[in-house]
Amino acid sequence: MAASFDLNNDGVVVIIGSGAGGGTLGNELAQKGVDVVILEAGARHEYEDFINDEWGSFSQLAWTDKRTTSGDWRVAKDFPNLPAWIVKSVGGSTTHWAGASLRIQEHEFKTLSTYGKLEGANLLDWPITLAEMEPYYAKAEAKMGVTGTNDWPRLPGNNNFKVLKAGADKLGYKECHTGNMAINSVDRDDRMSCQQTGFCFQGCKWGAKWSTLYTEIPKGEATGHLEVRPNAMAIKINHDASGKVTGVVYADKDGKLQEQKARIVAVAGNSIESPRLLLNSASGKFPDGLANSSGQVGKNYMRHTTGSVYAIFDKPVHMYRGTTMAGIIRDEARHDPSRGFVGGYEFETLSLGLPFMAAFLDPGAWGRSFTTALDHYDHMAGLWIVGEDMPRAENRITLHADEKDAHGMPIADVHFDDHPNDTAMRNHAYKQATALYDAVGATRTFPTPPYPSTHNLGTNRMSEKAEDGVVNKHGQAHDIKNLFVSDGSQFTTGAAENPTLTIVSLAIRQADYIAAQMSAKTI
Amino acid sequence: MVTIYDAKPGLSRRELLKRGGIGALLVISGSAVISPEHAWGLETSALKPETMATLIQMARDIYPHDQVPDKYYAIAVKGHDEQAGKDAAYKTMIEDGIADLDKKSGDGGYRGLGWEDQRVGVLKQVETTPFFQAIRGGLVVGLYNQKEVWPIFGYEGESYSKGGYIARGFDDIEWL
Ligand SMILES: Cc1cc2nc3c(=O)[nH]c(=O)nc-3n(C[C@H](O)[C@H](O)[C@H](O)COP(=O)(O)OP(=O)(O)OC[C@H]3O[C@@H](n4cnc5c(N)ncnc54)[C@H](O)[C@@H]3O)c2cc1C
Ligand code: SF4
Repeated sequence: MAASFDLNNDGVVVIIGSGAGGGTLGNELAQKGVDVVILEAGARHEYEDFINDEWGSFSQLAWTDKRTTSGDWRVAKDFPNLPAWIVKSVGGSTTHWAGASLRIQEHEFKTLSTYGKLEGANLLDWPITLAEMEPYYAKAEAKMGVTGTNDWPRLPGNNNFKVLKAGADKLGYKECHTGNMAINSVDRDDRMSCQQTGFCFQGCKWGAKWSTLYTEIPKGEATGHLEVRPNAMAIKINHDASGKVTGVVYADKDGKLQEQKARIVAVAGNSIESPRLLLNSASGKFPDGLANSSGQVGKNYMRHTTGSVYAIFDKPVHMYRGTTMAGIIRDEARHDPSRGFVGGYEFETLSLGLPFMAAFLDPGAWGRSFTTALDHYDHMAGLWIVGEDMPRAENRITLHADEKDAHGMPIADVHFDDHPNDTAMRNHAYKQATALYDAVGATRTFPTPPYPSTHNLGTNRMSEKAEDGVVNKHGQAHDIKNLFVSDGSQFTTGAAENPTLTIVSLAIRQADYIAAQMSAKTI
Repeated sequence: MVTIYDAKPGLSRRELLKRGGIGALLVISGSAVISPEHAWGLETSALKPETMATLIQMARDIYPHDQVPDKYYAIAVKGHDEQAGKDAAYKTMIEDGIADLDKKSGDGGYRGLGWEDQRVGVLKQVETTPFFQAIRGGLVVGLYNQKEVWPIFGYEGESYSKGGYIARGFDDIEWL
């Protein structure tokens, strides 16, 4: 039975956000008998309610509260009020996500040592190593049912994958397969296996793809130690004279302000909202916002170096059938500066339906050059580039000087400029992907610009030293010991891999740490 | 309110010629744009029907798909009539925008230009205006999010109710 806690109960852990980080942390703590309240800004939609329709699903799940943008990234021009494509709903972006679950490579935890100082990049080594993370990666993979681990077979390849694989073979790439996906390839965990429906980004109506919505959250609720409070938008974190946090002020479903008392607060609102909340919690004692003595809250915003390449063939492909991210090439994920950039990138198949293809293929374009591409929609194959981007202090989330949301909270501005390394990497990837599709006989290819960010990272970075970052290796604020960050904003650097497996692994690890500290009564 | 309705057949060929067609495709009659050949009509309430006819042509010139019938372009732009009915400034922007296109197109107006390239040349002159951007922006969803046009592009849409593609060709590619 799901718990229900009193607003004045100051023994609970309050988690803000129910996505990959928050949902996992909530369940892990509940399993250990810790009482948890998750405040979630969005509504609760179960997986039967999901909609196999791109715009319909977007209205149902996406975070559409206004944000502003600045910087030289193309998103700022094409989607000035939609810097990120993420979710406001119970389950967070794990409802929308594709399921690609990769471990960060050893050297990517040590970028400053490996790549050296790079002008205009705020590189730093993580305070943890791959060796320390490995046991948690293993737990996360087991929890999420990641294919290609634990004897679970990989998914069968769809048409889009087969085109990718044929091109990879022609180019001599060695590591190409259907990925490590948090999608059931066999029935497990009381959920069925993938039916190749092809609407992974719209929420999996079969529940085959892992989402905290129908795994972590109900499991946590079943312990009687977890309450998820939907339509509860956190606005400010309060603290006492000693600087310890004491509760969270939130707007409830009727827009009324409430305060939930707390023993511990964990922020997991994704990398735009988490720093926004910390900045908005500024007080006389913490004039620059909570946990911000380093000045790093909101800085080092990363979104991965992305882009897509779509290609048209003289025969049909039907790329939209089956899993959206149906396969991967990992050969370019290595660090090899001879290519003209540090770090690496992955190629992963991607498909958009016709409505999103029209919106994202070349935003703002019109005329026959554009429309003849869509005319051959069913002859298209496509892939997505996901590579390591450089953390930069100027790429940051700030509170808007005068615009406020419905609850009077300043909206977030997202500033992003590409680092020359990002641009060099993207151009390399465009060239390779074009060659790949040409090798299979593409008649036309489209280097497609980045979409609004689906991966948002780094804005409350982890660091060894308090002056370099916001949280320590457990995601605990350097400045406030009962305040934690539990989402992708902890990432010190971005790595080439899709981030969620690491977010989940960190949350499992953090739960162990919090529970131990609670028993030791240090927090 | 704008309504798309199936037009009553009945205008004789003579009458059609008298009223003047849009490239012989669309006909203005009263407050409506009519496609006699395809038996549908679009009634306007705020915008002039001539304006609506030009908008339909303009929509096709912005996102030309020769295999997509006019009807879907008409549905894609009809929202501008509704918006114009609610917002006088919006109405002015659309009417002025269309008048400007006509002016830039010479004697026969925008619809009088015979080649798509000529009309695109006119659109290029205004492509940064709020008017053009409102029309183009609206079309991205207005045109491509019509379920009825998806099959024309070979997009199959919703698949859950059919059990996904696991038994319906997710891996049926044969030419590789
Ligand atoms: C289309 C798409 C495809 C993706 N594919 C992949 C993939 O294949 N592999 C991968 O690794 N990653 C993928 N991602 C990214 C992945 O979804 C995110 O990395 C991950 O979900 C982030 O976890 P999080 O806990 O940081 O935030 P989220 O999962 O976004 O959860 C944050 C939650 O906090 C809530 N919230 C925010 N602010 C407040 C507040 N003030 N008060 C209360 N609640 C609040 C939000 O409503 C949201 O529910 C994809 C994302 C998208 C959008
Ligand atoms: S393709 Fe598989 S994982 Fe994706 S939505 Fe369909 S059933 Fe779910």
